[in-house]
Amino acid sequence: MTKSMLMQLLCLLALLLTGIFSLSFGRVSLGPADLWAALSAPANDPRAIILFELRLPRVLLGMLVGATLGLTGAALQGVLRNPLADPGVIGVSSSSALGAVIAIHLGLAGVWSLAVPAFAMTGALLATLLLLLVSARDSSVLMLILVGIGISSLATALISLVVNLADNPMTLQDMIMWMLGSLENRTMTDLLLALPFILIGWAMMIGVGQGLNAISVGEDTAQTMGINLMWLKLRIVIGTAISVGAAVSVCGSIGFVGLVVPHIARALISREPGAILLPSAVIGALLLTLADVITRTPLASSPLQLGVVTALIGAPSFLYIVFHTRKDMR
Amino acid sequence: MTGLIIKNISLTLEGSQILKDVSGTLMPGEVVGLIGPNGAGKSSLLKSILGLVHPASGTIELDGGNLITLPPKERARMIAYAAQGSPVYWPLSVERIVALGRIPHLTPWQKPRPEDEAAVENALLMTDSAHLKGRLVTTLSGGERARVLMARTIATGAPYILADEPVASLDPYHQLQVMHILRQQAKAGGAVMVVLHDLSLAARYCDRLILLHEGRLIDQGIPDDILTPQNMAHVFSVATSRWSQGDDHFLATHPLPGKTEVL
Repeated sequence: MTKSMLMQLLCLLALLLTGIFSLSFGRVSLGPADLWAALSAPANDPRAIILFELRLPRVLLGMLVGATLGLTGAALQGVLRNPLADPGVIGVSSSSALGAVIAIHLGLAGVWSLAVPAFAMTGALLATLLLLLVSARDSSVLMLILVGIGISSLATALISLVVNLADNPMTLQDMIMWMLGSLENRTMTDLLLALPFILIGWAMMIGVGQGLNAISVGEDTAQTMGINLMWLKLRIVIGTAISVGAAVSVCGSIGFVGLVVPHIARALISREPGAILLPSAVIGALLLTLADVITRTPLASSPLQLGVVTALIGAPSFLYIVFHTRKDMR
Repeated sequence: MTGLIIKNISLTLEGSQILKDVSGTLMPGEVVGLIGPNGAGKSSLLKSILGLVHPASGTIELDGGNLITLPPKERARMIAYAAQGSPVYWPLSVERIVALGRIPHLTPWQKPRPEDEAAVENALLMTDSAHLKGRLVTTLSGGERARVLMARTIATGAPYILADEPVASLDPYHQLQVMHILRQQAKAGGAVMVVLHDLSLAARYCDRLILLHEGRLIDQGIPDDILTPQNMAHVFSVATSRWSQGDDHFLATHPLPGKTEVL
């Protein structure tokens, strides 16, 4: 077995263990025996209610969203050939959150159950397309980040505007939820709403690895190797928009996971952009599950926000990566 | 293999005409040099053959068939490209870079087969880079990097190789080394078309030259017939002196009489 296969297995194992730990951890602690008992307990058993209605949707959703952020971060970094690309940094997540907030405030959620995810995906799609257009003209790391900051700030400002203009103003909690992300109080309904779109988004990116490897020696050269560049980019842009949009519509915009995860995957598994897609999904799920566990540690009187935890891990990593890659920046 | 035949291609990009009615051939066993001043359309001619840009008119024939309608993967197995400047965007290992050359032969999920590994090994040997296999491409010197990227091109195993200024920014020794590698490809039955700015290298390593100027074909033929004082004065606005030493032919450029004041 190669080192990279071993690492991938270890990551999967860590994900499984962290998931089980996350199910048992919280205000009411469920030991292994309780978890086991809850599986066969009647539906009104408190242990079963905590497990199936409170913890399981949260853990599964955290894994799905984490995997989405990890996968799309790796795919975006690969296709933009940019180590700082990530749905959060480049403004895709916040544009997506803007879409969701607009749908909620126009009252569309009551009319059409899919309005929120649909608007969130549209926001993500517009931001991703804009970035792709910019990177076609100027592919420098700096340009992408500057445009990303622009998109991100504009989307955040517009979210505030929508909230201000709303007839029944949103609470501060809602604002935090959209801007920093949260997994609190999520139900199976939320999970089932996002799941199909997240899976469709992932499916669109199946098989892009070879193309991502090829464009690491330039877009022209990749095309001369028989790679259909347009199709490669389209699949990643639309796959990212659909899966990130769906994730944001139920969890808000969670930052930095997509940025950090591919770097961990490169360090542990492979330097090839095509080889770290799946590992990035697994590590993303692991990282977000861990971050969610941290939000529930009784450090403060009230639970920590998930986005605060990921930013506390992510923002210093972002700076580290910037300093580490600054000689490659143009 | 019956060669690559370019007939009367014209190319317009963003409103300006880049190539006007250009024709030329590339036959197995030969190294053809594409020469001409900056902006003459040399890179655009290579890109037209590679399908990266689409000529408005004209035909390109490969081994008797229409190249333009050939599916991209099949074209990729026939024609390999060495891009100008050879960029690499991630710190990949030399072995993995060279292995990228096998992509035209593999489906997205396929693992490299023994023949793919053999082609990679062979390309590393041919370019004298086998000892660099485990190194990261970011740690290589300019000369090593040029060889490794050439190995990527050769690993494709394509009978036709198109190289865009492969010796730019290399020191004299490494220029000769890269030209020698291309010469070896032709000797083994391949066909090489190479964009060169160094007219002396063009004189020494190319069997034939294609001279372009402002998007038009000025002349093509053996170096002796192309590198004439008239052509050089007309196209490059330079005077030349030429001499031979054994089998090697040399060429040096000077300012045209009366043009010294602009230098």
